[in-house]
Amino acid sequence: MRTNPFLTPSADSAPAGIRSAPISRREAIRLGLLGAAGLFLAGKWDSQAFADDAPQVKIPVQAKARAVIQVFLWGGMSHTDTWDPKPDAGYDYTGQFKATIQTNVTGILLGELFPELAKQADKYSLIRSMTHHNNGHETAAYMMQTGHMPGERLAYPSLGAVFALLKGYNAGYKGLIPPYVVLTQPQGRFSESGFLGSKYKPFATGGDPNAARFEVEGVIARGITDERQIARRDFLHTMNTMGHAMPENSQLAISKEAEEQAYNLILGKGKEVFDLSKEQPELRDRYGRHTFGQDCLVARRLVESGVPYVTINYPGGWDTHSNHFATMRRQCPQLDQGLATLLRDLSDRGLLDSTIVWCCGEFGRSPKVDWQPPWNGGRNHYGNVFSVLVAGGGFKGGHIVGSSTEKGEEVKERPVYPIDLLGSIYELAGIDPDARLPHPMGFEAHVLSPAEKGAKSAGRLREIM
Amino acid sequence: MKTLCISALLFVAISGSVHAADSEQTLFEGSTCILPETPLDRIVSRKLSKLGVKPVMCSDSVFLRRAFLDVIGTLPTAKESREFLLDQNRNKRNALIDRLLDRDEFAYYWAMKWSDLLRVKAEFPVNLWPNAAQAYHHWIMVSIRENKPYDQFVREMLTANGSNFRVGPVNFYRAMQNKTPEGIAATVALTFMGTRVESWPQKDYLPGMSVFFSQITYKPTREWKEEIVYWDPDKKLAPTNSAMPSQTALFPDGKKLKRVPPDQDPRVIFSDWLITPKNPWFTTCLVNRAWFWFMGRGIIHEPDDIRPDNPPVNPALLEYLKKEFIASRYDMKHLYRLILSSRTYQSSPIIPQSDAPAEVEANFGFYPLRRLDAEVLIDAINKVTGTSDLYTSAIPEPFTFIPENTPAIALPDGSITSPFLELFGRPARATGLLDERLNRFIPTQKMHLLNSSHIQQKLEKNPNLKAILKSKTNPKEIREELYLAILSRFPTPEESGKVEAYAKSGVMNKREAWVDLVWALINSDEFLYRH
Repeated sequence: MRTNPFLTPSADSAPAGIRSAPISRREAIRLGLLGAAGLFLAGKWDSQAFADDAPQVKIPVQAKARAVIQVFLWGGMSHTDTWDPKPDAGYDYTGQFKATIQTNVTGILLGELFPELAKQADKYSLIRSMTHHNNGHETAAYMMQTGHMPGERLAYPSLGAVFALLKGYNAGYKGLIPPYVVLTQPQGRFSESGFLGSKYKPFATGGDPNAARFEVEGVIARGITDERQIARRDFLHTMNTMGHAMPENSQLAISKEAEEQAYNLILGKGKEVFDLSKEQPELRDRYGRHTFGQDCLVARRLVESGVPYVTINYPGGWDTHSNHFATMRRQCPQLDQGLATLLRDLSDRGLLDSTIVWCCGEFGRSPKVDWQPPWNGGRNHYGNVFSVLVAGGGFKGGHIVGSSTEKGEEVKERPVYPIDLLGSIYELAGIDPDARLPHPMGFEAHVLSPAEKGAKSAGRLREIM
Repeated sequence: MKTLCISALLFVAISGSVHAADSEQTLFEGSTCILPETPLDRIVSRKLSKLGVKPVMCSDSVFLRRAFLDVIGTLPTAKESREFLLDQNRNKRNALIDRLLDRDEFAYYWAMKWSDLLRVKAEFPVNLWPNAAQAYHHWIMVSIRENKPYDQFVREMLTANGSNFRVGPVNFYRAMQNKTPEGIAATVALTFMGTRVESWPQKDYLPGMSVFFSQITYKPTREWKEEIVYWDPDKKLAPTNSAMPSQTALFPDGKKLKRVPPDQDPRVIFSDWLITPKNPWFTTCLVNRAWFWFMGRGIIHEPDDIRPDNPPVNPALLEYLKKEFIASRYDMKHLYRLILSSRTYQSSPIIPQSDAPAEVEANFGFYPLRRLDAEVLIDAINKVTGTSDLYTSAIPEPFTFIPENTPAIALPDGSITSPFLELFGRPARATGLLDERLNRFIPTQKMHLLNSSHIQQKLEKNPNLKAILKSKTNPKEIREELYLAILSRFPTPEESGKVEAYAKSGVMNKREAWVDLVWALINSDEFLYRH
């Protein structure tokens, strides 16, 4: 079995953002990509295999964004009820939400449920012409999170997994927390790590940060004292009879190393990043005492501690085929509060300039309300046009990109395709979108592939970069 | 312990008693069974003796656990372990192989493996839809249970017509991202020939082969997501992107079919070419895959990368298996039994001393350690702790609700899953490549096993442990019962002493000490690895 060389955290590699040349094989070794695993695995790698897998990554001298927080509104949030209001479209379109709200940027209006975001409009820009014309959850989620078209032979990794590869342990990240974290549940609509393999899957925290204690799965166990934790670890080590009988086995060395890293987090100080009692109660209140609000606070703490990519999968989702208006009345204020506080808090701490925040679902929702049973006032999947919020990390605030037609049904000006949005994020983070990704079979694969069948592009978001 | 094993290793290596039972048994090596050297073993030994290695047999307890995990993907119970270990019958290993091949779990476990290759998944990137995925899986599972001959199994898929909900095998043609004739041809080549079209040097071979699949038609019905897959003779017969005359097709061996007869399903013509003993790929691909499944490594490696410049490590071995498989009329269980009853399969998991370890590994000089598959691992943990997991799908269809206590190996659809399965590298079933399944430990997996509430709750709840503690008071009996259930063997005196010492350490109460023993054993390498 060919071994993926990108497996071990390196102790001595350079921090992200300061390398400018493609990483050659020799350089990769110097950077320590072979690392500890190399000591017992090097024999299995022939140099050809390594050369095939080595990514040709050009990291510009100055990447503006060091980290990304993705708020994924899975299920698909209505664009017309929120960030692209169409108050004059008529009741069959607006339903209950006819009112709009003026933001702190002249000319930008939001739906009535976003008073807090309205006060922060200078910090973010809204794309109102996002489009991919796909109405299936899985396919649309794949397109929005990988930038690739379905139907290829390959299954590509999500943006977060690419960050874990290129901004994680191979690029100088030294944290104990894995470089790609999901709060709190994995989205599970497609394999986020694609062909990169499970090493690059997101670490899903589980638990609830709004609970009295945020029990991060595998890190913070309920009812086990540290004393017992240490005692049973020592017990495990003395009881590992087979391990002792095969001290030279390379498989068991992998097991041992993974265990050591796990215990560094379980018994070390690294887990304090999840301890929200270290925050001021007033700030926690501002984020909102609900799961999403506290997710946002954890995301900020993670980014502060150096984690390069954090995804918040919106708790409960936005797939409002029925009971749409009541769900929006309940969820939008929480989204408004959490996201607005996150932007302000990042900005207050000087982190917004180096942290991209992007927020959208896999698609929007049909602008025309479906009053028929069984929906009784619902909105369905809609990929023709929808909205995305982007902020920080080199994205300018206070702008609107593109527009939708009168009733929010089609793109009117300046379409933005997934490849345009993701290409912009990669560029700001110093990841070359044309870079080759390592494929375990040596197939040719790139971070983004504009030439893919069916892929469309209208250019990166230069107007706000 | 270590010295014990090493001395046993030396003992067996020096004594070299091949035909008789190896009477001296240690924890991991030696055998009480008579196991004659088979022709297969002689072929393997010939290469190994050149490397100066004489393989050592594994112990009965290692064999027991290995056979259960490899044949049925399921742990033996404490009772099954005790009975086997105490059985004095010198033919007990072969008898166990026969029993396992007849069990229900055999069909589930092997349907799981085939479902990876055949990409049985309701949603993304393969979009079968739940009832179609289940029809497909059911057909695969029943074919395995009935031990359908392999040639028939493949032919039924390649020539299938009908509804995706009713005719399971038509889903072969739906379970791929790229459903153009070329995409289908590439999938057929990977699945049944073990070759990757990307590595074919002749650029016209793929378009030429795609002609055979250019008349497949997919037609929706009035039922939601139902689709009829069938041969449409009126559809234009044409290779894509090729300068060849439109009715000429090309077999992957370069043979040309000048004119595809208009009254014949070209898929049948292709199947007739593929499914014969003479075909250079068909039998090779399957026997090599079977060998890989049991031995962790193909004779041609990777098993789905067969090409002239990737030769078999032991051509005689491959030829022998092919000959046997063809002579048995493609009897899968015959092939499995042939491998399982060999001394080669039953060799020690301890790597023998040698100057060329990589060569010894490539020539099957020992049984390589492999982490349990995600599904097998969670089933093992659930079985040991008497608990179950919940499996769900993102698609809320009646077909995706799974009864409690369904083992993960029996899940009929790759979209029905759990966070544990995703974390532990269950394949995405996107491509059918064997490398999609990842069994290499990463730190977050260890965190989950060592310290998650998911596992901790199972350990605390553990009705099996409660029952043992209720019915037995003698610590020795409790220890034995736990070791037999978790590691499929009796504890050594040394281990027993350590368990007693831990209980006396005073950090935890009596019950907690037993909970911690279960925790330690399921976190031990012996539990986590096939060995």
